[in-house]
Amino acid sequence: MTTKMMGAKVQRVEDDRLVRGTGRYVDDVAPDALHAAVLRSPHAHARIVSIDVDAVLDIDGVHAVWTHEDLEGAMADPLPLLIPHPTLTHGRTQYALAKDEVNYVGEAIALVVAEDRYVAEDALAQIVVEYELLPAVVGIEAARSAANLVHDDVPGNVAARMEQSNGDAAAAIAAAPHTLSLDLKIERSACMPMEGRGTVARWDPDQNRLQVWTSTQTSTGVRAAVAAKLGLDLGQVDVITPDVGGGFGVKIVHPWPEELLVPLAAQRLGRAVKFTEDRREHFISSAHERAQEHHVEVGFDDEGRVLGLDVRFWHDHGAYTPYGLIVPIITSTQLLGPYKPGAYHVQFDSLYTNTVIVTPYRGAGRPQGCFVMERTMDAIAAELGLDRADVRAANFIQPDEFPYDQGLIFQDGRELKYDSGDYPAMLDKIKELVDWDHFEDFRSAKAAEGKRVGLGLACYVEGTGVGPYEGAHVHIETSGKVKVATGLTSQGQGHQTAFAQIVADELGVRFEDVEITTGDTRRMPYAVGTFASRAAVMSGSAIHLAAKRAKEKALRIAADALEADVDDLEIVDGVVSVKGTDSSIPLGTIAVLSNPLRYAFDEASKAATQFNVGDPTKPPVAEDDEPGLEGKDFYSPPRSTFASGMHAVIVETDVETAEIRILKYAVVHDCGHLINPMIVEGQIHGGVAQGVGGALYERMAYDESGQLLNASFMDFLMPYVTEVPTSIEIDHLETPSPLNPLGIKGAGEAGVIPGSAAFAAAIEDAERLPITAMPISPSELFALRLAHAPHAEESK
Amino acid sequence: MTEQTHQIRLHVNGVEHEAAVPARRLLSDALRHDLGLTGTHVGCEHGVCGACTVLVDGQPMRSCLMFAVSAAGHEITTVEGLARPDGELGPVQQAFRECHGLQCGFCTPGFLTTITAGIAENPDPTEDEARDMVAGNLCRCTGYQNIVKAVCRAAELARSGEDGAA
Repeated sequence: MTTKMMGAKVQRVEDDRLVRGTGRYVDDVAPDALHAAVLRSPHAHARIVSIDVDAVLDIDGVHAVWTHEDLEGAMADPLPLLIPHPTLTHGRTQYALAKDEVNYVGEAIALVVAEDRYVAEDALAQIVVEYELLPAVVGIEAARSAANLVHDDVPGNVAARMEQSNGDAAAAIAAAPHTLSLDLKIERSACMPMEGRGTVARWDPDQNRLQVWTSTQTSTGVRAAVAAKLGLDLGQVDVITPDVGGGFGVKIVHPWPEELLVPLAAQRLGRAVKFTEDRREHFISSAHERAQEHHVEVGFDDEGRVLGLDVRFWHDHGAYTPYGLIVPIITSTQLLGPYKPGAYHVQFDSLYTNTVIVTPYRGAGRPQGCFVMERTMDAIAAELGLDRADVRAANFIQPDEFPYDQGLIFQDGRELKYDSGDYPAMLDKIKELVDWDHFEDFRSAKAAEGKRVGLGLACYVEGTGVGPYEGAHVHIETSGKVKVATGLTSQGQGHQTAFAQIVADELGVRFEDVEITTGDTRRMPYAVGTFASRAAVMSGSAIHLAAKRAKEKALRIAADALEADVDDLEIVDGVVSVKGTDSSIPLGTIAVLSNPLRYAFDEASKAATQFNVGDPTKPPVAEDDEPGLEGKDFYSPPRSTFASGMHAVIVETDVETAEIRILKYAVVHDCGHLINPMIVEGQIHGGVAQGVGGALYERMAYDESGQLLNASFMDFLMPYVTEVPTSIEIDHLETPSPLNPLGIKGAGEAGVIPGSAAFAAAIEDAERLPITAMPISPSELFALRLAHAPHAEESK
Repeated sequence: MTEQTHQIRLHVNGVEHEAAVPARRLLSDALRHDLGLTGTHVGCEHGVCGACTVLVDGQPMRSCLMFAVSAAGHEITTVEGLARPDGELGPVQQAFRECHGLQCGFCTPGFLTTITAGIAENPDPTEDEARDMVAGNLCRCTGYQNIVKAVCRAAELARSGEDGAA
């Protein structure tokens, strides 16, 4: 019997190439390509009076320089607003190259194509742009005050105002025995994959086709955007996503100007053209996320049960809205987490500022929502003098209440209806992992040493596996090897391994014989992309279904060949046999038999030629059949699956320096059935590191004029090995999703969601003063201590 | 105006290469674009992330902070040079696979070269020493716990390799 691969800690097949240095990232392809560089606005808000590019073409090695004036047709129009929403009444997008006005430092103004990047950058320096400066709107406060406008025709800087409710929250709060108000804030951060963005394009005049390699989370999205903007048919554009050096959301498509300009340049110049973003460009022209301010009104009873919750928040979406309202919609819905408030009302404003655009960053609006809800739970517990875990337990949706309808509409336009979960069991596990019940003993022991420690807990629910669909194609070759293609992309999640495990189980073939291709529109042109923890759920399910179809066909042909009943057959290690007999046939031979041949190309194919097989009275390929041993299928869920988790962290806050040290970090996680526990654990590790970054280090330091002051790895702090927990205690709970054949839920973003909430709680617990804004640095904590103890200072 | 180039010889992974490069060409770009050794990755181009780390005469160096002309005459090892002569993975590469020390793989070559130099200097690191060894390299995917495990495992494999060779 073949060993079951699903659930096994299988080593990744991707790694051999990657550790040898033979991976292919986008900058590694097309060594003959010309290099593109982009002139970016040095001002956050300005009118472009004139652009003089005359000096550029005299530079040896420069092939072209283009500004907006050189663009034609759809390329000269604003970039698409990718996800329109009825409440996005004032959506605005930028041009591929700025027309008349720039709205953030880093906005693309001109493109130079040259022999190499050095020459292209030399040329950029020779372009003379005359600007008329306009006042910059930076930060939520400035946007809300609307003293200045980002776009003249957008009143109040408000792109959208959206609200949802379930019940009458205001009335429930008014009638509640206890009420609280909180103001809570999260700063801007960014994905910062180690590989920046990059695009290579090559126009083939012989085939009238464009080939594009791009470091993206959606090849089909880039393909559609390029075709639409360049006036090509989809069938003329191939997009290939090679190895991608991390995405975390920022490589989602809207599309980026360079993803359109590079293909245009390749077509116009008849040469391969490459754009490789440098790190400063990534800081000032690739998307950020997270910045939001929230006001909470909550009413609750003596047990801490929330009777009414009203949340009003303001979302800083930067200068344009190409990705619609996805991030604030997620915050507004997912902040409910594992809880069921009596009544809920939420309203947000999505605001323009003269800063880089905002699109989802791992967790996508959920870290903010989790922060708001978990700070509220802690505040309720403090107000009532109750245990913080008990207050959460009093508000949990119970295991017998699934599917649970929150009465709201989620980011995908579907009901916010949770499929499965067991939150009380999860709470028990996390309390045990972090030794919740004995923490006061630990605190006392530490206090005796003159040390200050705190414990924080944060719970979340994550809508994963959003539709609309993914597809897969499974091809069993005559060698018996299985080639599988799915359209979504991979950026380090180990898809080649996890998907091969699914195929090996369903088809009964050896794991080593399965090869997975992702993100190549030539192999699977129908796809959405890799984001929102959807790859395993969506493509995993589609691959499972496609493998099932291939298996059905294989068994049908094998039954004929073996003169047996389909129900009596089994496939083990790539060989079909009649159960309990010696009668068997390899899958590769079935693949040969599936394709009626006129010619014998090799020894194996002799078996399928016209004088050897088939009934001469019937057509070789039956009317309802097709040659080849293949299976293709698509998976489309009714709505999202809901993974969940709880994190607990113990910190020590240095009594003198206010430095925050992590003493223990614990995670309980439920993503349904695990495909590969090793990979899931890796995803949690990485997510926790990003959560630590978001809670303690990462922020975008814009000055009043809209200059990003920390646009380098010297100044924007991300966790090194020295900043993350030395170990993370992990426990799993598996509540299978009823929405897909494998019972799985997404696991990609979970680790990062509760970071800020858990750290805020732990620091508050250690310091006994309210933590309402994250991230928090030692100097900020030090200032908070002073602010909350003015009399103590005076009395010294 | 045409930029002046310099004819240099670069010794990389035991092979001598010739290249004509401008004085300002970074070693990272020369390795990747002139020599086609694309295993060395550029993550920040300001010497902080460590993705471009190569060994220069055995010492880890940021190839994005070094000019190609100044590398002439030195022995350079890139990630492509870490496999064993028989083509099998070297100990650090093997350890990264075993311990799930990589996800997207972009920062990995810099970690592999850094650790190769690290365990040559300290063949039996404690966990704290393993952590110190990789404390100058950024990874955005793994959370580092498995990288630290991989350092210890690599040291173990390297030690047993030496024993086995006897």
